[in-house]
Amino acid sequence: MEFPDDGNYELREVQTLEGHSDRVWSLAWKPDTGVDGVPPVFASCSGDKTVRIWEQSASSRSWNCKAVLEEMHTRTVRSCAWSPSGKLLATGSFDATTCIWEDVGGDYECVSTLEGHENEVKSVSWNASGSLLATCGRDKSVWIWEVMPGTEFECVSVLQGHTQDVKMVQWHPSMDVLFSCSYDNTIKVWWAEDADSDNWHCVQTIGESNNGHSSTIWALSFNAKGDKMVSCSDDLTLKIWEADIIRMQSGDGYAPWRHLCTLSGYHDRTIFSVQWSREGIIASGAADDAVRFFVESKDGSIDGPSYKMVLKKEKAHDMDINSVQWSTGEHRLLASASDDGTIKIWELGKTL
Amino acid sequence: MVSGLINANPVVYEKKERRVRSPSGCADEYAAEAIDQQEVFDILLALDIKDPEHPYSLEELKVITEDAIEVDDERSYVRVTFTPTVEHCSMATVIGLCLRVKLMRSLPSRFKVDIRVAPGTHATEAAVNKQLNDKERVAAALENPNLVDMVDECLAPTYG
Repeated sequence: MEFPDDGNYELREVQTLEGHSDRVWSLAWKPDTGVDGVPPVFASCSGDKTVRIWEQSASSRSWNCKAVLEEMHTRTVRSCAWSPSGKLLATGSFDATTCIWEDVGGDYECVSTLEGHENEVKSVSWNASGSLLATCGRDKSVWIWEVMPGTEFECVSVLQGHTQDVKMVQWHPSMDVLFSCSYDNTIKVWWAEDADSDNWHCVQTIGESNNGHSSTIWALSFNAKGDKMVSCSDDLTLKIWEADIIRMQSGDGYAPWRHLCTLSGYHDRTIFSVQWSREGIIASGAADDAVRFFVESKDGSIDGPSYKMVLKKEKAHDMDINSVQWSTGEHRLLASASDDGTIKIWELGKTL
Repeated sequence: MVSGLINANPVVYEKKERRVRSPSGCADEYAAEAIDQQEVFDILLALDIKDPEHPYSLEELKVITEDAIEVDDERSYVRVTFTPTVEHCSMATVIGLCLRVKLMRSLPSRFKVDIRVAPGTHATEAAVNKQLNDKERVAAALENPNLVDMVDECLAPTYG
């Protein structure tokens, strides 16, 4: 579904959620919530070493903290991600561990602790089927873990290649292709030609010399189809990439990602987070406290697609915005997490 | 242990005479407090960062000067440019970290702070600057007990 680029957008602040006692680093919406009468749920993680689970009340429509996951991580919890089934929540911490939490009727139990990274774990990501979990961190490595029966996790690969700490790992939304972005200014793409062989290796490195970023890349995200990717960086730009995924899905080997366009001149400080909505709206959150929205412009340039900013919310938070995430539910909700210790829920609408 | 001093004869400058601050008593006490260059300088001078080799202060070694502090109160922005005493000063990241933490704790939270070494004064200038302005690495460093002890020692008020 495409979102039309004409008309005016308006952003409504739905609620500010307080509870964390330190900066909120990241958040993740729980799959299959916010649809068919199931109230929307998301998890947030913080410098206060805890993870919080938030749910919107079906009756009052207000958001409340339903659970606090604590006393497992001994340092900042930097990243969290739900498995596709929503049964497991993975949390990565500066304490060098990744915890796997299981939702047992609203109570969360830590069922597994993944150890291996030498120091800070900075990001965790599940693949589309939920059979693999990737983690990365300051030790410059990317680990791939296989989910075994009984919620056991076995490390199937340790990927070396980045020359500096790895800020984020993200699986492709439909294929078992893994992306990592780093303080070394590159994005690396990891793939195993024969999925059963565990022969994971780097198939592409996107650096400054091939239209890539000139500073740390903090995050990346895919469009719904999975044929486009957006990355955000300390170089104050967003970059859009494209690949022929049809070719890859038909088994014709790896299809490389190529640069489509660069969105520069919009952001004033480091862009920490970017996410593409299912409808094609790109949201970004940055250290200039603002949230911005971009859509593909239909103005028909001969140079190929271009993107334009359709809304900028200044002072969305009192401090840096670390994460912006679109809800998986029916409503066009966006949650933002900030250094100011709060999470805000926004609804993006259109005025006629 | 290091044998011999890295910088045996540092240039020591006189401390600048302090201007007397205009009293703010008559101002509306509910008005947002404006921050200026001198105020940021005063905050940083309270730091007790001692070069382990020398008894001189950051001001006396001209590691920080008032002129190297840019303040844009309206935009809530501060940039501090410091000058390590020698090109290979291993203390540069620690000094930069102390400057950042001191400002983080002293300035209103609306302020954005950039810390950098003066252009051409450090062998690994770009790497030091990148590290000092990566807030995730700063956050991780501040959870490292050894570094925190070092920073707290610099930040502790000294008497006498």
